[in-house]
Amino acid sequence: MFSTHHTDIGLLYLITSLAFMFMGGALALVLRLELFAPGTQVIADAMTYNRIFTVHGTTLIFLFILPSASAFGNYLVPIMVRYKDMAYPKLNAIAFWMIPPAGALIWLGFADFTWYAYPTYSVISAPGPAADMWIFGLKILGVSSLLGAINFVVTILKCKHPDLPLSKMPLLAWSYLASSLIIIVAIPTFAAALLMLLTDRLGVSGFFNPAMGGDPIAYQHLFWFTFHPEVYVLVIPAIGFMYEIFPRFSRKPIFSHSSGVFAFVLLMLVGFASWAHHMYATGMSFTEKTVFMVGTLAAVPASAMHVFNFLATMWGGRIKFATPIMWAVGGIALFFSAGAGGVVNSAMPLDFITHDSYWVVGHFHLFVMGTILFGTVGFIYYMFPYITGRMYNEMWGKVHFILSFVGTVMVFFTQHLLGLYGMPRRIYDYPPFPEWVQMNIIISIGAFIIGISMAIFLGNLIYSSAKGKPADMDDPFGLGGKYYFPYQAKTPHTENGGYH
Amino acid sequence: MKDLENGKMSGHSNWPEWVYVGVVIALLCYVGAEAWNIERIIEHVPADAEIIQVTGQQWLWTFEHEDGTKEIGELHLEKGKAYKFEVTSKDVIHSFNIHDYTVLMDAVPGRVNTVWFSPTDAGEFPIQCREYCGMIHYNMRGTLYVQDGV
Repeated sequence: MFSTHHTDIGLLYLITSLAFMFMGGALALVLRLELFAPGTQVIADAMTYNRIFTVHGTTLIFLFILPSASAFGNYLVPIMVRYKDMAYPKLNAIAFWMIPPAGALIWLGFADFTWYAYPTYSVISAPGPAADMWIFGLKILGVSSLLGAINFVVTILKCKHPDLPLSKMPLLAWSYLASSLIIIVAIPTFAAALLMLLTDRLGVSGFFNPAMGGDPIAYQHLFWFTFHPEVYVLVIPAIGFMYEIFPRFSRKPIFSHSSGVFAFVLLMLVGFASWAHHMYATGMSFTEKTVFMVGTLAAVPASAMHVFNFLATMWGGRIKFATPIMWAVGGIALFFSAGAGGVVNSAMPLDFITHDSYWVVGHFHLFVMGTILFGTVGFIYYMFPYITGRMYNEMWGKVHFILSFVGTVMVFFTQHLLGLYGMPRRIYDYPPFPEWVQMNIIISIGAFIIGISMAIFLGNLIYSSAKGKPADMDDPFGLGGKYYFPYQAKTPHTENGGYH
Repeated sequence: MKDLENGKMSGHSNWPEWVYVGVVIALLCYVGAEAWNIERIIEHVPADAEIIQVTGQQWLWTFEHEDGTKEIGELHLEKGKAYKFEVTSKDVIHSFNIHDYTVLMDAVPGRVNTVWFSPTDAGEFPIQCREYCGMIHYNMRGTLYVQDGV
């Protein structure tokens, strides 16, 4: 348990992040139960509701998505760059062991100021000590992901085997290089903002408090300067997972390795040009809005290149539709939908219709759930035989996918519509407008379909890891032959991760 | 095979990808230009717009007309006239929203943000808060009454 070996730490990350995924998801179900109909359903008061959605968001972003990406990064990056371990094994273990105490702070505090923690609410109005515990928890998580990112960058750039040029490095390893560089540039800004938020709360400074000469909008700039690029930190490893899944299950090489690398690097750079598109409604000038609209649109071609690469890889391949590639295909369908919705948000006049409505909730959930969770879950199924030596149950894997896909479409597409009908996000109760009520019922039913599918997932994971059929370690998915030219080895475990 | 020898990963043409990226960029340029143009037009406030001061506080809206009349939670306007809202807040950030007329502007303490509109239909329209502001955020609502002009 206190091992410093990279696969052990990867496994710790994976188990922890999955535990938090089920916990955060359970909170979402409570929220959906409350919103099933107008009036009080299961949550007695508004403040409890506000605390639940805050912890739901914080948990799934910082305690599920980020650690689950680190899990597979730890597992595979050293193998892919042909090194014996991560560059700093002890640092790696420390970065992991910061997560449980941070998670405990967030869950024991149960703050209410949303995962943005916008001042002046968070400074003058949010009740402590929950808010302060949240700030400390996030501080620890920030340091943890910085340490992890530095470790990945050093492992890839300094410990890479000299025979392996960077241009030939697998795209999954490239995704970790790109996302880690974003973390190193972006996170310190939020770390500073958190510290200022804390001293503001203590009353010794007034950085964000207009009563003391501060500016609450400054916090929003600092926050989004970190967290818009962070969106790419979350999504890039998921795209990397898909780059692993598609060629193997299509029995074809990746259509274009170089365009994948180019798109990662492009995304990494333009990701920093769009942060204030979250803030059109804060009273920005026309020029500011234009600049950030252009910066936002500039991120689209890179994402579109990934989608093209996936489809072109599958084109003409002998595809075996096992569970992992089903999740990946579902993921790109939802990634495309999310991106199309994002273009609508970024267009200035339309943003004033969608801003802070359920449209936005639907939009970003298509990314975090539809793309990132789908890619991650597909990759969990893909890695399952290599990690446990046993096969998961294929039929239940497919049932899990179909239920999740149907549920996701029901929930998040309907939320887009609900936003167009004007329902604000983060509300505990709503007036009984007939359209709002109908759509909320559809969304809640969809959410429970996802809930059922995730219960199946949990059962499949536990049962199969203990009693599943032993996997054929040379070719667990029955793909046969040397199907993934130019990669020589058969599995990511043997011979340098299957790359040369 | 020539491509393979030249170091490419597989022997396919790159043209489809270039064409595809070109189409995507063209679409984005169209969206960007159109959005820029429309935003430029709708940000132009008519000179005769009546100014209404909107103040958000936990958890209600206060409106002050040019003649000094104050209303709380209700706003009475006339159809066909132009109104310019000067939006601010007394405590935390709120967001002033009349969804049916796409009026949306954050109420930020220490700042005055402006947004304008001109009601085209008589009737009642909900006013709501669109930025999380605490316990009663969900019920920080008001009503806009648009009356036919005299």
